[in-house]
Amino acid sequence: MLRLIYTTTAVQRKNVGASGPEKYTEAFIKKQIEEFNLGKRHLANMMGEDPETFTQEDIDRAIAYLFPSGLFDEQARPMMKHPREIFPEQRKIQWGEDGRPFHFLFYTGKQSYYSLMHETYEKLLNVEKYQDQLIAQDLPLQKEKRNLAGSRWLTKIELEEMLLEKLSDDDYSRFIQLLQKLTDLPCSDIEEKYIQKFSKELPVQMQKVVIEPLQYDEQGVAFSTGEGRRKTARATAVVYDNGTGKMTVNGKDILHYFPVLQDREQLLFPFQFLGRIGKHDAVCTVSGGGRSAQAGAIRLACAKALRSFVTEKEVEFMRQAGLLTVDPRVKERKKPGQEGARRKFTWKKR
Amino acid sequence: MAVPRLLRAAAPRLYSTVLVPAPATATAPVATQPSDDKLLSEPLSHPDFFNVKELFTLKDLFDARVHLGHKKGCRHRFMEPYIFGCRLDQDIIDLEQTMQHLQLALNFTAHIAYRKGIILFISRKRQFCHLVECTARACGEYAHTRYWQGGLLTNAHIQFGAGVRLPDLIVFLSSLNNVFQTHVAVRDAAKMNIPTVGVVDTNCNPSLITYPIPGNDDSPSAVELYCKLFRMTIIRAKDKRRQSEAVEELRRKAEGN
Repeated sequence: MLRLIYTTTAVQRKNVGASGPEKYTEAFIKKQIEEFNLGKRHLANMMGEDPETFTQEDIDRAIAYLFPSGLFDEQARPMMKHPREIFPEQRKIQWGEDGRPFHFLFYTGKQSYYSLMHETYEKLLNVEKYQDQLIAQDLPLQKEKRNLAGSRWLTKIELEEMLLEKLSDDDYSRFIQLLQKLTDLPCSDIEEKYIQKFSKELPVQMQKVVIEPLQYDEQGVAFSTGEGRRKTARATAVVYDNGTGKMTVNGKDILHYFPVLQDREQLLFPFQFLGRIGKHDAVCTVSGGGRSAQAGAIRLACAKALRSFVTEKEVEFMRQAGLLTVDPRVKERKKPGQEGARRKFTWKKR
Repeated sequence: MAVPRLLRAAAPRLYSTVLVPAPATATAPVATQPSDDKLLSEPLSHPDFFNVKELFTLKDLFDARVHLGHKKGCRHRFMEPYIFGCRLDQDIIDLEQTMQHLQLALNFTAHIAYRKGIILFISRKRQFCHLVECTARACGEYAHTRYWQGGLLTNAHIQFGAGVRLPDLIVFLSSLNNVFQTHVAVRDAAKMNIPTVGVVDTNCNPSLITYPIPGNDDSPSAVELYCKLFRMTIIRAKDKRRQSEAVEELRRKAEGN
């Protein structure tokens, strides 16, 4: 006797979220690569260029020309790139035709991570064995000073990219601890190559500022230029050697240009700090800003120019005194709903 | 005063030498030709086709300290049949029974390896994690000595992908996990109809394990001995299979001519 089985459409509906991110088969990626290559040749013909020597930059230029877009986001504009760059690398099927997995740690779930731990532990055991051999032969254990400040371990994201697997924070920290343990052993130089796979060099932190050398004008007097800014004022200063302490700003003497004592003090501060008050002449040009801002800008410009006349130690002293740092304070903008940058409107209780 | 014998020694289970392994998910290779049938049925006619008895002697087990158990206070009730006695509060495992159990277990493993089954080694002892993984790699089989994620066997289709093949045998080199409770895989294997072989110490529960091997699982020498024995049986069984297949090939070619 037949019985009607009632099913709802809810059962037949696919749970899109549960299937995870979209998986691309090898065949699909191959087809995409073929289409890309074909499209590249068509594009080259359209632009009138040689299909053989059509590089990625040419493709980008051609697409920007044929499909001009005013969108701000670079990722949203039309692009034509090799499929390997667009589709993220994915895991292929992990087992063969008879069902046997390829990797011996497949059933752990995180095979690449655990095989990495296994390998690292094996290196650790190797190093310990080598150490034991050296001790047995009464040879000294070497300890070369490795520069610890120059390198860092891979970050969690970089490691995930390397292994193509998701890691938890705990897993990552365990791996780094194991690597650290390996590097801390005295004879770990044997496995240096393996350790270098997981360390990256840190970029040089302090960029050495190049101090310009002195220039000489027609009379043989040494001089040096410097630029400075403060708020909206921009200044350039030329400081001459063998001078009497005269300073000119925009063609006028400082007594005329800066009637206020405070501004003149600001100008003289670099010279006073180095003890070279009567020894240098300065010719400055300045524009923009107000009275105080212009004074600050010229001060910075003179200090920068004086660097060339002075030893490195004194340059360091100047830097610590704050003579060589650009003052970052600028006028803060006014915000809507407030009277000024910080001042709020009068608060009325009712 | 003679130490009273702890219950009568349990006779090892003597059903037919091989429990036919039920394939869990994907179909195992189906034998279509009569020669394949012969290939698979011939080992079943002998009680010890792979001659595993010669791989170990009682003295080897004794030298590897397999007979040493835990203290009397740690003793599990179900292990009492396998214990020979107790000396200065430490339990001593009966090596005669261990020999019989070990022979059955190794024989079973050999048959599984002969039929190209997947064998998974499990041990949660951190000391022997590396050793067990190396053994598994040397045999060409699989190992899991790390944290066991809940649904590895029971939720395999979702965790690994559709069409995954589960292990056909699970070998426990230590059936406890790091908190001294029975490893979850024992129960999961029983749920998924996967036979298990396990080394059970005096503080372990041997109930759900198909082929228990009462013995020490803490000493390095004992664990190295077990690894060596399993490795040798599996390699021997695989070699035997390759030989038999080669012989069949030649015979079929001769008949064809």
